[in-house]
Amino acid sequence: MLEIHNLNARVEGVDILRNLSLSIKPGEVHAIMGPNGAGKSTLGNVLSGRPGYEVTSGEVLFNGKNLLELEIEERAREGLFLAFQYPVEIPGVTNMEFLKASVDARRKHLGMPDLSSFDFMKLARETSKKVSLDPAFLKRGVNEGFSGGEKKRNEIMQMMLLEPSLCILDETDSGLDIDALQVVAAGVNSMRDGKRSFIVVTHYQRLLDYIVPDFVHVLAAGRIVKTGGKDLALELEAKGYAWLDDEGA
Amino acid sequence: MTEQVESMIRKDYSAGFHTNIESDTLKPGLDEDVVRFISAKKEEPEWMLEWRLKAFRAWQEMEEPTWAHVHYPTINFQALSYYSAPKSMADKPKSLAEVDPELLDMYAKLGIPLHEQEALAGVAVDAVIDSVSVVTTYRAKLEEAGVIFCPISEAIKRFPELVRKYLGTVVPQKDNFYAALNSAVFSDGSFVYIPKGTRCPMELSTYFRINEMNTGQFERTLIVADEGSYVSYLEGCTAPMRDENQLHAAVVELVALDDAQIKYSTVQNWYPGDKEGKGGIYNFVTKRGICHRNARISWTQVETGSAITWKYPSCILKGDNSVGEFYSVALTNNFQQADTGTKMIHIGKNTRSTIVAKGISAGRSQSAYRGLVRINAGAEGARNYTQCDSLLIGDRCGAHTFPYIESKNSSAQIEHEATTSKVSDDQLFLCQQRGLDAEKAVSMIVNGFCREVFKELPMEFAVEAGKLLEVSLEGSVG
Ligand SMILES: Nc1ncnc2c1ncn2[C@@H]1O[C@H](COP(=O)(O)OP(=O)(O)O)[C@@H](O)[C@H]1O
Ligand SMILES: [Mg+2]
Repeated sequence: MLEIHNLNARVEGVDILRNLSLSIKPGEVHAIMGPNGAGKSTLGNVLSGRPGYEVTSGEVLFNGKNLLELEIEERAREGLFLAFQYPVEIPGVTNMEFLKASVDARRKHLGMPDLSSFDFMKLARETSKKVSLDPAFLKRGVNEGFSGGEKKRNEIMQMMLLEPSLCILDETDSGLDIDALQVVAAGVNSMRDGKRSFIVVTHYQRLLDYIVPDFVHVLAAGRIVKTGGKDLALELEAKGYAWLDDEGA
Repeated sequence: MTEQVESMIRKDYSAGFHTNIESDTLKPGLDEDVVRFISAKKEEPEWMLEWRLKAFRAWQEMEEPTWAHVHYPTINFQALSYYSAPKSMADKPKSLAEVDPELLDMYAKLGIPLHEQEALAGVAVDAVIDSVSVVTTYRAKLEEAGVIFCPISEAIKRFPELVRKYLGTVVPQKDNFYAALNSAVFSDGSFVYIPKGTRCPMELSTYFRINEMNTGQFERTLIVADEGSYVSYLEGCTAPMRDENQLHAAVVELVALDDAQIKYSTVQNWYPGDKEGKGGIYNFVTKRGICHRNARISWTQVETGSAITWKYPSCILKGDNSVGEFYSVALTNNFQQADTGTKMIHIGKNTRSTIVAKGISAGRSQSAYRGLVRINAGAEGARNYTQCDSLLIGDRCGAHTFPYIESKNSSAQIEHEATTSKVSDDQLFLCQQRGLDAEKAVSMIVNGFCREVFKELPMEFAVEAGKLLEVSLEGSVG
C-alpha cells in the first residue's frame, strides 16, 4: 500500500525528515506519536505534496506508483486523504458544492460516472449524520464559522465521502471533547474494512483506546525511533518521550 | 400619456423610412457636420438633432477626466470614426470556419449552442431567421401587456413625446465628458416603457432586441417604469464580445416613478485585450437612475471584460422611502484596469441604499472601487450600508478602495465595511488535496466570494456568470 524508503525532506532550507522509512500494508492502522516539532505534520504534508515541502532524497511507493511524481490532486484522486490539523475556511463555497466537486473528481479518476445531484445530496446528508453534524452544515461555507470540533468532524465527513485507500489523520483528536472524540473514532472504525489503511497522528493514547492501532511509531527529530504494538502508546503515556533518548535511538 | 402610448403600440409603424444617404462609413473626425450626418442617417426629427448639437457644443468645452485609477494612452477623438453602417451580409463570415478560433474556443467553454455561436459571431446564415419567430412571440407578449421595448432609434420616431420627456433628465447632456460625447453621437440602444401598475411579464433582455449589430460603441438606453410598475432588464451576455471600435461610451438612464421597481442586471464581457495587454475595449459608461417616492432601483453587474472599465451605476433617491441597491462583481486579469463603483444620492426622507461591491484581481491587473454616499440635508432617517470586498489572486495585482461619504443630516446611519483577502495557499491546497485541480479550485473560491452578488442575478444569468468567471480566470494560477 505505502512504502517509504529513506525519505529526506526539508522546509525552508531546514532538514526535517531524515531517512524516514515506513511500510504500511492494506488494512493496517499505524499510529504516529512523538514530541512537538518532530516532523509528524511534515510527513503528512510531504506525502500529500504540499508546496514548500521539498523532498531531497528517498522514495515513496503508493499502490505501486511513484507517489512523489504525482501532482497534489492526482495523489488525492489515487486515494490519499489528509485530514488537516488546522482545516482552513473557504467562505461562500458551500460544503455541498465543495464535496460534490471532490467526489466527482475522485469518481472520474476511477472511471465511475458522476453521482446525480439528488443522489449525492442524499449520500451527503446520511454521512453528515454519521459524524453528528446537522445536514444544515452542508449548506454553509466550507468550515466557515465552524467550531474546532465541527471542523474536525467535517474532515471526517469528507473522508467518508471520498472513500480513500490511505487516510492520514493529523491530530484530528486534539481539541475534541470526549463525545466528539468518540464520533471521530467511530467514523474511522466504520471505514476499517481490511483494505483501507490509516496513519493516525496523535499526542494522546486516549484516541487509541477507540481506534486500536496495529503499530505505534515514535517519530523524533525526523525519524522513526521506536516501533511497537498498541501497548507502546500506554508506555509513552506513562513515561513520556525522554526515555527513548536513553535507549540511544 | 399611457393611453396615447398604448394606441401607438397597437398602431403598426409603417412609415417606411428609407436610407437616403449613400455613404456607409464616415471618415474619422468629429464636428457638427458629423452629428448632423448621424441624425440624418437615422432620420431623426429636428428636436433630436438640436438635442445632439447642444451636447456636442458642450462636449467641445469639456476636458477628459483623469481622476480615475486607470492609465491608457491619450485618445485622439478626431482619429475615430463616429458612424459605421451595420455590416452587410456579404462582409460577414460565411460560416464558423471563418471565425477566430480563439473566440470559438471561448464559446465552447461557455457552453453556447452552435446556432447561438453563429449569431454572436455575426455569421451570415439563417440563424437570424431562426430566432425571428422567437422574437415575434416575445414581442407579441410584451405588446399585450402594453410594454414598449424597442431600439431607441425607433422610439425616437414612434414615441417622440415619451422619449423627449425623459431623455437626458437623469444623465444630462453636459453631465460628464463621455456622457456629452454619447449624447452627441449615440448610435443606438434600447428604449423601455412599462405602463402604470404593470408588471413586465418577462425579463427584458438585450439579446432579444431586434437591432443592428455594431451599435455597441455609443449605446444609449432609456428605461421608464411608470407608477407602480416592475421590470427586470438584462444587458449583455456572457459570450465574449469583440468590436472593432476600441472606445465605448454608453449611457443608461433609468426612471422609476412612484412605487415602481427596476432591476437592471449586466454581464459585461467586452474583449479585454490579449495576455500582454494589447488591444481591448476602453469602456467609459455613465449609468444612473432616479427613484421617485417608494421606488426601488437595483443595479447588479458582473464585469469581466474590457481593457479599461470606468463605470459607476448610480441612484438618485429623490422620493421619500425610495431604495437604491448596487451589487457588483468586477474581475480583472492580465493587464486589465477597472475603476468602478456607485453613487447613492439620498435626497428624500427615509431613503435606503445598499452597496455590495466585490473586486477580484488576478495577473497584473488593477481594480478600484470608488463609491460615493451623499446624504442631503433633507434626507431625514436615510440609511446606507456599504460592503466592499477585494480578493487578490497572486501578488502582482492590486485592489484599491476609494469610499467617499458626505452627510449633511445627522439622523443618517451610514455603515461601511471593507475587507481585502487573498486566495490563500492553504485554501488552494485544501481543494487540491480533495482532488480538485488548481484552476477549478480558484474558480470555486472566487465564485464563493461572489455569492452575495450572484444571488441577485436572475437564475440562468447567475449560472452563466459563474462559468464566465471560470473562463476569465484561466491561466491565472500555476
Ligand atoms: N511551513 C513551515 N515553515 C517553516 N517551518 C516549518 C513548516 N512546517 C514545519 N516546519 C518546521 O518543521 C519542524 C517539524 O514540524 P511539524 O512537522 O509541524 O511537527 P509536528 O507535527 O511533529 O509537531 C518544526 O521545527 C517546524 O517549525
Ligand atoms: Mg503537527
